[in-house]
Amino acid sequence: MSLLIPHDIPQAITKHISKPMTEEAVLNLNHVSIKYSDKTAVNDVSFVIAKHKVTSIIGPSGCGKSTLLRSLNRMNDFIPGVSIDGEITFNNQDLYSKGVDAVEVRRRIGMVFQKPNPFPKSIYKNIAWGPSINGFDGSMEELVERSLKQAALWNEVKDRLHESALSLSGGQQQRLCIARALAMEPDILLMDEPCSALDPISTAHIEDLIFELKSRYTIVIVTHNMHQAARISDYTAFMEMGELIEFDVTNEIFTRPKQKRTEEYVTGRFG
Amino acid sequence: MNILNGSAYPNNGVHLNKRHRKAKLFSMLCSLVTWLGVALLGVLLYQVSSDGFKWLDLQFLTSFPSRFPYKAGIKSALVGTLWLISMVAFIAIPIGVATALYLEELSGQGRMNRLIELNISNLAGVPSIVYGIIGLAVFVRGLALERSLVAGALTMSLLILPVIIIASREAIKSVPMSIRHAAFALGATRLQTARDHVLPASYSGILTGVILALSRAIGETAPLIMIGALTYVAFLPEGPMDSFTALPIQIYNWVSRPQQEFHQLAAGGIIVLLAVLLMMNTIAIVIRYKTERKYK
Ligand SMILES: Nc1ncnc2c1ncn2[C@@H]1O[C@H](COP(=O)(O)OP(=O)(O)OP(=O)(O)O)[C@@H](O)[C@H]1O
Ligand SMILES: [Mg+2]
Repeated sequence: MSLLIPHDIPQAITKHISKPMTEEAVLNLNHVSIKYSDKTAVNDVSFVIAKHKVTSIIGPSGCGKSTLLRSLNRMNDFIPGVSIDGEITFNNQDLYSKGVDAVEVRRRIGMVFQKPNPFPKSIYKNIAWGPSINGFDGSMEELVERSLKQAALWNEVKDRLHESALSLSGGQQQRLCIARALAMEPDILLMDEPCSALDPISTAHIEDLIFELKSRYTIVIVTHNMHQAARISDYTAFMEMGELIEFDVTNEIFTRPKQKRTEEYVTGRFG
Repeated sequence: MNILNGSAYPNNGVHLNKRHRKAKLFSMLCSLVTWLGVALLGVLLYQVSSDGFKWLDLQFLTSFPSRFPYKAGIKSALVGTLWLISMVAFIAIPIGVATALYLEELSGQGRMNRLIELNISNLAGVPSIVYGIIGLAVFVRGLALERSLVAGALTMSLLILPVIIIASREAIKSVPMSIRHAAFALGATRLQTARDHVLPASYSGILTGVILALSRAIGETAPLIMIGALTYVAFLPEGPMDSFTALPIQIYNWVSRPQQEFHQLAAGGIIVLLAVLLMMNTIAIVIRYKTERKYK
C-alpha cells in the first residue's frame, strides 16, 4: 500500500492548479468517463482527492456530479447499463481492476446519501450493523457512542438509543447516517448533497461536523450550495455537462476562476 | 359556471356535467356488483349455518366418522388438516421465500431469471387437479410415498409455491432501494443486505401472501382426491408417513351421500373449516400488526 507522493500526480491533472498540491493524494481520477448505456454522463475527468481535506464537486443539475461520486466507491455497480472508462486509483490500486472486491471498496470508502436513509431499526442497531457484519470485535457500546459523538448526535439520542431511528428528525437522521458511515472508520467519506433535505440549522450542524471530521477523514462532497462549498471545502471541482471545467483550491475557484464558465456559474449563483 | 367564461375550454361546463354523471353511474354500478357478491356470500353463510349449527358440538369435534349421522364426527379430518397444513407451511414457506429472495436480490436480472419468472406466473394459473396428477405420479408412485401425509403435503406445497413466490417477490420489491444502498455503502454483501434488511422490511407483505396461500391449500380438495387421500378414516395420523383425510374431503364425502342428515353434517364441517381459516387470518393480522409497529 504505497503512498502517492505529490510528484506522482500526473501532469495533466495538476497543470491547472494555481499552486502545487502538497498533500498526499488518496484518490486519483485519470481520464474517467462514465456512460449509462450509450449516454455519456461523465466525460474524460481527471483530478485528485487530497488526504484529510474536503473536496467539493459543484455544477449545474444533471452535469454528472452524483454519477462521478458514485463511481468512487463503486455504487454505480448497482445501476444496470453503467460502464466506466479510465482509471480511478485508491492508494495506487485501480478500483475497477479485476482483482478488486467492490464490497471491500465500499467498506473503505463510505457514503452518505442525499435523502437520509436510516434502517427502520433502532438507533443503536443502525450504527452497530455495519461493524458487526464486517467482523468488528471490540466493544460495540463504545463504538456506537464514539460514532454518535463524532457525528454530534450523542447528546440528543443517548437516552433513546433503542428507539426507532425513524423517530428522529430529518437532520438527526442525516447525522445518524453520517455516524453510521463513520462507525466503519472509512478512509474516505463521500457525501451527495447531504444537506439538501435539511433546514438551515441542521445544515449548519452538518457543516460544523464536516469541519471537525476533516482532521481524520478525507471527504468528498457534492453540493448545490455555493456558500457551502466555499465555506467547508479545501478543493473544488466545477463540472458542466459531464466535463470537468476547472479544479483548483476552493479560494481560487471562488475569487479568481481561470475559466469563464466557472466564473459565470459561481458569480451567477452568488449574485 | 362563470369561472369558465373566457377560458380556453368554454364548453368544459357541459363536458364536466356529463363526466360527473358518468362517474356517478360507474360508481353505482361498482357498488351494486360489490354488494351482490357480499349478499350472495351472506345467503350461502346463512344456509350453511342454519343447516350446520345444530350439529356443532363437542361430540362432533371429537368423534370419528360413522355410518350413523348422530354418531359421526370430524375429528380425524380436522386433525388431518392441521397436520397437512403444518407440513405444507414447513415445506413451502422456506422454499418459496428463499426463491423469491434469490430471484429478487441475489441472482442477476438475466434472461434465465425472466424465463423462470414467466414460468412461475404460469404455474400459479394451473388447475389444482393437474398438481394432483403430478403428486400421484411423482410422490405417491414415483417416490413410493403411498397415500401418506408427506405425499399430500408435498403436492399441496407444489400447488401453493407459485403463489408464495409471487406474493413474496412483490413484498420484497416494495422495500425502498435506499435501504439496500445504505447497506451496500457500509460494505455489506447482497446476502447480508437481503437477510438483515430486505427480508425483515418485507416481512408483513410476505406473511400476507403466505396466509393467503395456506388458506387456499386448506380448502383444496381435488389434488387430495387425486392422490388418494382416504375418505373414511377412523384413526388419527401419528406421523408424516401415515394415511390421512382432510376437512374438504370429509365434507365432500358427506355431501355425496343421499341422506339429509349427512348434508347437514357437511354444513357443520364447512363451519369448522371456515373457523380454521378465520383463525389463521387472525393470527396473521396480529403478527402483522406487531411487526409493523416495530418498524414504524
Ligand atoms: N440511472 C440512470 N440511468 C440513465 N441515466 C442517468 C441515470 N442517472 C443519471 N443519469 C443521467 O446522467 C446525467 C448525470 O446525472 P447525475 O445524477 O450524475 O447528475 P447530477 O450532477 O448529480 O445532478 P443533480 O445536481 O440534479 O443531482 C444526467 O443527464 C442524468 O439524466
Ligand atoms: Mg445528484
